[in-house]
This record gives sequence, structure tokens and C-alpha cells, in this order.
Amino acid sequence: MARITASVYTSHVPAIGVAMDLHKTQEDYWQPLFAGYDFSKQWMKDNKPDVIFLVYNDHATAFSLDMIPTFAIGTAAEYKPADEGWGARPVPVVKGHPALASHIAQSVIQQDFDLTIVNKMDVDHGLTVPLSLMCGELDPVKDAWPCPVIPFAVNVVQYPVPSGQRCFALGQAIRKAVESFDEDINVHIWGTGGMSHQLQGARAGLINREWDNNWLDLMINDPVACAKVPHIDYVREAGSEGIELVMWLIARGAMADVNNGERSGPLPQVTHRFYHVPASNTAVGHAILENKE
Amino acid sequence: MALDKPYKDVPGTIIFDAEQSRLGYWLNQFCTSLMKAENRARFLADERAYLDEWAMTEEQKQAVMARDLNWCMQLGGNIYFLARIGATDGKSFQQMAGSMTGMSEEEYRNMMLAGGRSVEGNRYLGEDGDAQPHRQPQGAGSKKEGN
Repeated sequence: MARITASVYTSHVPAIGVAMDLHKTQEDYWQPLFAGYDFSKQWMKDNKPDVIFLVYNDHATAFSLDMIPTFAIGTAAEYKPADEGWGARPVPVVKGHPALASHIAQSVIQQDFDLTIVNKMDVDHGLTVPLSLMCGELDPVKDAWPCPVIPFAVNVVQYPVPSGQRCFALGQAIRKAVESFDEDINVHIWGTGGMSHQLQGARAGLINREWDNNWLDLMINDPVACAKVPHIDYVREAGSEGIELVMWLIARGAMADVNNGERSGPLPQVTHRFYHVPASNTAVGHAILENKE
Repeated sequence: MALDKPYKDVPGTIIFDAEQSRLGYWLNQFCTSLMKAENRARFLADERAYLDEWAMTEEQKQAVMARDLNWCMQLGGNIYFLARIGATDGKSFQQMAGSMTGMSEEEYRNMMLAGGRSVEGNRYLGEDGDAQPHRQPQGAGSKKEGN
């Protein structure tokens, strides 16, 4: 059967993509941030998955106000990098995994989560920046991402957005879905976006280092309690866009120690953890958790 | 029964909910159109003519032409959509966010390098943090006012 062996968590700031695309990663401003991913890039090479299930939010790119799905799963064979107004990022086209994605869609909908099925969309920095951080700079023509990716978009743009509790439960449903897929493949689930940031108004630039790190402790060690953190706490403490963190709970809920809404069994191994301020307007958080055998 | 909107008392913050979305539908759709290079060129060539193709209010058009993102947000704009205007102008996300604070680009960047804006005093309306209405404008913006 297919299995989820690890989860990866990372912010997905657009400026990080720009810094990589313009080869500025060794500049004073960016070097400390990218140093936090040196370990991760090597880990990706040593622990290459067969498929990445990548939870992210679309930033008004594939979904305008014409359609606002709360949860959308990509079942296409490929996804092109989007033109977000600056032109498309020069990174490889993202290859999908239609067979596993369709299987997960069927299973998760039968577990009472209403997913929108997407057969055609472009993917924005929310998806491509995490891939770049974990895989390094790649040539858009000569290179390829290391494996197929299933994009899973969560609406955190127009309120109401899904609760942490619902995201946590969804992660459990996704793990069940993956484990009912007959091929013997290794899947990583990534929760992306988040850590404190506010991009708007007089409060723009808000960073709450203490809250971020306490939240990360809770997410790792007591995800059941973390899932109960209400929306308003994210907004008040971590800024209006700090709400993206609920997406990390989808990945956390898919780990082996979470069953039927409770923790049982050993905590996952914390393979890597990193925090940095700032990247453009935000704090950057990053962690790699692995299921123990 | 009224809907629960606890986010209404966060200073310097407009949460993009269904009410804001309804106000800003055409403003945000206009922004989305700027994801195509040919539309960016047409907008930059004649902003007024391009804006007149959209069912936006006159005030929304004025707010866009003024590049006043706070004003745009009050009229239903969402920062992820409004970012298309900034991108069309060649601005980074940091420049866009900074433009909403009253601070100069350098002041905002320095604040971020120093660890960002503090949450202290900025959780609830009526506290005394730097994002509170009674402390606006901030940075270089406040100096211009002679404060």
C-alpha cells in the first residue's frame, strides 16, 4: 500500500522565489534564510518521495472571485507556473499524479469532505516556492522537479476560511485515502504558507516571534490542542495572513501518531526545525517531521 | 441573528469576508485581469480608459489611480488581488505592504529587519500600539504632518 512517511512545513513567501530566480540567495539579506534550508535540500535528495501531496493556498491566481473553493485537489497531469503579474516564474512545469489524486478525491469525499476537483489550473508561488526551497534552483527547461506533485489548495483568502480543527480532521482523511491506494509508494505531505505576517493596512509588518514559536511547539507536540486554536487568535497574534498556518494542520493530521482525532503512539521525529525573520514582510517557519518505523 | 465577526476590532486591519467581497467584486476582477501581459500594457497606456471597461464605482477607480491601497481595501479590495496593480507597476510585495503604513520604504524595511512590528498594543482597537488609528500616520508620513 501507499504510505505517508514524512511531513514538511514551510512558509512560501513570493520574494523568496524572486531571490532564487535572480540568483540573490547569497546576498546578506537572504543568506541566513537560505542557510536554514541547506539541510532540507540534502534531506530531500536522501529521502526522495514518489509523490508530494502539497497543501498550499492559491493567492487569487487560479481562483478569482468567480469561484472560491474551500478545498481543491488537482487531478491533472501537469500544472504550469502562473503569471502573477510579474510574469511566470522560470521553474519547471509541475507534473501531477492523476491516478493517486483521483483516488484521494474519491476517498476523501466519501469521508464527508467536499473537495473541488480541478483538472486545469496554473500554480502560483504558494506551490512553487516551497518546491524551490526544498529542491534548490532548477532550470525551467533542462531540469524537472524530483517527483510528481498533487496540489491541494485551501481557501485562506476570503472569509470564512476553514478552521484548524477541520484542517486537522482533513489530514486524517487524506492519510486514510493514501493508505488505501494499492501501489507501494512513498508519499510526503507538505503544509505550506504561514508564520506571522500581515500584508495590509497600518498594522502591516506585524511579527510575533514568541507566538510563532509557541505555536510550532504545540503543532509538533500537541496537535490536538493546536487544532483548537480559534481563527481570531491567528489574526490578532500573528497578523491577518498568519491564518495560513491552519494549512500546516492538514499535514500534521496526516502523521501516524494521530488517530480518530486523538494522539496515539510516539510523536514523529523532528528531523529539522528553523525560524527566521524577516523575509520581505513575514516570519519564515520550517520543519520536517518523520514517522518513526 | 447577526454573524460573529470578532475580527472587527483588530486595529489597522480589514478582513476580507463575504461582505467586503461583495463590495469589491469588480475591483478585484479588474485586478485579476492584470495577470495577462497585454492587459497590463493596455492599463498602463491609458488607465482611465481601461478602468472604464469595468463595472467599478467611480471611487474605486479613483483609489486605483491614486495607488492608495488602504483606500482600495476600504472599498472591498483584497491585498492578493491588489498586488496585481503593484506588480504591473514593478513593485515588490514589501513595497506594496509598506505603502499602506505611512512609513517610507526604507523605514518599513528597517522595521522588518529589526524584527517587525510589535504585537504589543496592536491586538485590540483602543490600545496604544503604533498601528492604532490615533497614532496615524506613522513614520515619514507623520513627520510630513508636523507631528
